[in-house]
Amino acid sequence: MIALLKREISLALRSGGGAATALLFYLAVVVAMPFAVGPNQELLSTIGGATLWIGALLAGLLGLERLFQSDFEDGSLDQMMMVSTPLAGQVFMKCTAHWLVTGLPLTLVVPVFGIFLGMDLITIQAAMATLFVGTPAISFIGAVGAAVTVSLPRGGLLLSVLVLPLCIPVLIFGVGAIRAAVTEPDPFLPPFLLVFAISLFFAVLGPFAAAFALRQGLD
Amino acid sequence: MKIVVENISVVRGEDLIFSNLSFAVSAGEALVIRGSNGVGKSTLLRALAGLLPFEVGSAEIEGLGEEFGEARLAELCHYLGPENAMKPSMTVEENLVFWQQFSGQPHLDIDEAIEMVGLGGLGTVPFAHLSTGQSRRIAIARLLVSYRPIWLLDEPTSGLDVASETQFAALMEAHLEDQGIIIAATHIPLGLKRMEELVFKESAVLGAGE
Repeated sequence: MIALLKREISLALRSGGGAATALLFYLAVVVAMPFAVGPNQELLSTIGGATLWIGALLAGLLGLERLFQSDFEDGSLDQMMMVSTPLAGQVFMKCTAHWLVTGLPLTLVVPVFGIFLGMDLITIQAAMATLFVGTPAISFIGAVGAAVTVSLPRGGLLLSVLVLPLCIPVLIFGVGAIRAAVTEPDPFLPPFLLVFAISLFFAVLGPFAAAFALRQGLD
Repeated sequence: MKIVVENISVVRGEDLIFSNLSFAVSAGEALVIRGSNGVGKSTLLRALAGLLPFEVGSAEIEGLGEEFGEARLAELCHYLGPENAMKPSMTVEENLVFWQQFSGQPHLDIDEAIEMVGLGGLGTVPFAHLSTGQSRRIAIARLLVSYRPIWLLDEPTSGLDVASETQFAALMEAHLEDQGIIIAATHIPLGLKRMEELVFKESAVLGAGE
């Protein structure tokens, strides 16, 4: 299992891997935002948290299509199903690797991107905290979508359509927590903990659902 | 050790691929499955590998050694399918090291396995740079880096030249001498000494080995 984690990470960091693509796409979304909003500093920093979350969500979905598809195409998936290690455990490892090379870097660049958006220190900290606990949910929910669309040649769009609705709660509470961090009477902790709870819930459910879908998909 | 397959039928989608197929293969024996395209040779191998469910019937292992415990049939098999299961951006060695760690039960060293398929010195080359035949030979090397008593081979020699075919036949012979089992689907004579044949004809099995 550790071997699988190491291979996934090393594949993602090589040429043709998804890690750099996701970060560049994230940068593109964040940089384009001020041009769309116009020269209103106050408005820009108000929607900064939302921009970071939308960017992270879309960038996270970007590489998910290939999560199982490359293994399906080159026959590795057949081998993964034959070993004694449970398939759900392997899916969990693949999701963890996906988060380590997309979700985590997306969180770590927030201090820089936050400055682009004119956000203050507290908002940046809140955004980092919510993205840190919220981005795993994108990987784990996405794995289910990736497993369902594994044998479809153009599964990427279908995957986004399947996964986005399920990610909406994460988005609502994630952005809500960032806003609550700077709006006085609203508490930060409840929405923050809800985001964390959603991530934990899908970390348990996602791998089993994905493993089930993968077994069905091989027929 | 013996694989006993009883009365299996496999359905894909709506189509019945084959039905009421029974055979047995003992340790040290090879079973070659023959038949024209589309009669269900690959389907049979995938079903034995646990990748497709049996509609009815069963495939069981008898007289399994203690070192394997209560393993499922699929866990005792190496499946060499039409694809090579290697990542193009990783080197040959990295690919094989991964499969060895992933599959467990290490058998031959990586260098030794690469040497056995006649590609010594190519360990540090990215897999993408290999020719079709070389890729296939590395996929065969995967069978050697982890130990599995049963080899399920689907057109194992596709892309191989005559010299490599002979070399592969020797590897299979060695596996059989180690009391291994080979079940292969192929058109080409594999040149094995102890070999039974199972012939698929027009979706119905007419002549079976054993």
